[in-house]
Amino acid sequence: MKARVLIRPKEGILDPQGKAVERALPALGFDGVSAVRVGRLVELETDDADSLPDLCERLLANPLIEDYEIVTDSQ
Amino acid sequence: MTSFGVIQFPGSCDERDALYACGMVGDARMIWHEDTDLGGVDAVVVPGGFSYGDYLRAGAIARFSPAMNAVAEFARDGGPVLGICNGFQVLCEAGLLPGALLPNEGVRFVCRQVELVVVGDETAFTSETEAGDRLSIPVKHMTGRYFAPEAELDELEAAGQVTLRYAPGHNPNGSVRDIAAVSNEPGNVMGLMPHPEHAVDPLTGSADGLRLFASVAARRREPAATR
Repeated sequence: MKARVLIRPKEGILDPQGKAVERALPALGFDGVSAVRVGRLVELETDDADSLPDLCERLLANPLIEDYEIVTDSQ
Repeated sequence: MTSFGVIQFPGSCDERDALYACGMVGDARMIWHEDTDLGGVDAVVVPGGFSYGDYLRAGAIARFSPAMNAVAEFARDGGPVLGICNGFQVLCEAGLLPGALLPNEGVRFVCRQVELVVVGDETAFTSETEAGDRLSIPVKHMTGRYFAPEAELDELEAAGQVTLRYAPGHNPNGSVRDIAAVSNEPGNVMGLMPHPEHAVDPLTGSADGLRLFASVAARRREPAATR
């Protein structure tokens, strides 16, 4: 099955990339955009969906600083 | 004489300077990332650079290398291990040190000389310094903002595991509580973002970094001083 893993900086952790993007937007005329956060998207295919949380905890995300969300096709 | 091993990953770039710095206080040899045996060295340096391209997260892939398995075992047995910059990131990812390194608060790569203050002078790598000493050592990194949850920081401070801080006004990356270096609880594993291996000769501005390497060498000469 195909799965997507969305990885984000944990809430409360300063995300300077998001801040930089947010500050750049008004220069293009996009006003009023706030709370921009930049994360990562990992796409993968697996026969063992049950192992995905473990896989995320141990490699794809660093649970100390990042949250992850697993999205599978069946959802 | 103390023998140092410097781990070389694909993408390492400071291993030669680390080898040179270690060679000033002992014997030094390179250890390839695929080696499963550290060859009986007395101390290990995990150097700076961009191991495995820093793919996914800085240090995330390097920690799975065969050499790092050997380093983890060596560290658990009390062997001194120093992680510098990317090496610090690798040791955190490997769980050998607490916390994590986040992108610099200012988003930019920083490259400058900074002043550090010794906080913990009893680790394997700071025993030849005194608490309160100032060290002038360069930083050069993009992902150097030290982070750990508040409760864990309190524990680290209480246990004396914060070993170096950026001097007031010198924090280059937004590290929490100005933390530049931390050690594990026994004090045999330490990681820092600044580059002591680039500060070993007055010709390049400072030789303060040499004191960290000299600490391990001195410890070797006095086996009673184990911590």
